[in-house]
Amino acid sequence: MKLLPGGIVKPKTTVVNKTGAWRTFIPVFDEDKCKKCGICETFCPEDCISIDENEFRHPDYDFCKGCGICAEECPADAIEMKYEEKE
Amino acid sequence: MSLFAQGHTACAGCGMPIAVKLVLEGSGENSIVVSPTGCLEVTSTRYPQSAWGVPWIHSLFENAAAVASGIETALKVKGKKVNVLVIGGDGATVDIGVRALSGMFERGHNVTYICYDNEAYMNTGVQRSGSTPYGASATTSPAGKLSFGEDRPKKDIPAIAAAHGIPYVATASVGYPKDIVKKVKKAQEIVGPKYIQILTPCPTGWRFDGSKTIKLAKLAVETALFPVYEIENGEITKVKKIKERKPVEEYLKLQGRFKHLFKKNKDRIEVIQKMADSNAEKFGLDG
Repeated sequence: MKLLPGGIVKPKTTVVNKTGAWRTFIPVFDEDKCKKCGICETFCPEDCISIDENEFRHPDYDFCKGCGICAEECPADAIEMKYEEKE
Repeated sequence: MSLFAQGHTACAGCGMPIAVKLVLEGSGENSIVVSPTGCLEVTSTRYPQSAWGVPWIHSLFENAAAVASGIETALKVKGKKVNVLVIGGDGATVDIGVRALSGMFERGHNVTYICYDNEAYMNTGVQRSGSTPYGASATTSPAGKLSFGEDRPKKDIPAIAAAHGIPYVATASVGYPKDIVKKVKKAQEIVGPKYIQILTPCPTGWRFDGSKTIKLAKLAVETALFPVYEIENGEITKVKKIKERKPVEEYLKLQGRFKHLFKKNKDRIEVIQKMADSNAEKFGLDG
């Protein structure tokens, strides 16, 4: 690996780390219960919850570590943590 | 997407990256960040990657405030207006870097110093720091037959910062995200040294389930163990009032680091309650 002076690296390059592989429990979002408040997005430590054109939130499972903060904080109880079966 | 990218390697449920993304939301793109050694440094910049969307530099453990002072001075000479921030942990802030921090305050540099306070040296394995609260078990203040854990109170760095006569000192908690963004924005409008300490619960070091991070960040405030306030030019100008103050047990019982207190050190819980009562009185939190 070639080292640049000062150990300079490019911005936002951690996105190659698919930290979703750390996960044991997976958050499942229920759009019928969602009140579109965005609290899950605010508190997500991975900042991996995005918003769609209908204002529903979707976690990016490539990065979600399954911490469960979104499910714990959701005021509408619209997120459930489920054990994730892996191959 | 914020200015702090995904793929950082902080533990699941860590409070620190939540604080960092909110600080960057408040500070905006036109920022330069200095971070001393700590959890934030190792989890955001594992070579050859970086999670940062703004220019960022790693200092030594002890000199983040000095490096930021130099950056701020250089920008001043060049006639450039950029928000210079330090984002460092409590170990680097209240213990190892406190000399450089004091110097930065004394010289009056226009820098916003953010301390993410997880109350111990989490990166190296939960050694106690000056910010570790009374009664907490850490690997260098372990609870056991002869010890009830940390035997000294949490070091009051916001008061030490305010004693330097700097224009703005504030505390915040990741339980209240809008408050963090607001305080960072406010700090950037004030010229001179600014100090903001943000409580960021640590599931690994405090030993609790990572889903409870926000709950604990709120309970610390609701029990008055971590008062949230602003000090401007030495005067307390704003406090976050608590409607119904909760007993400290509600906060302590959720964390493994205080587990021993419920077994044979119940008198220590009373001491902690008195500390909360004294905070409530000092800052006028009840109401």
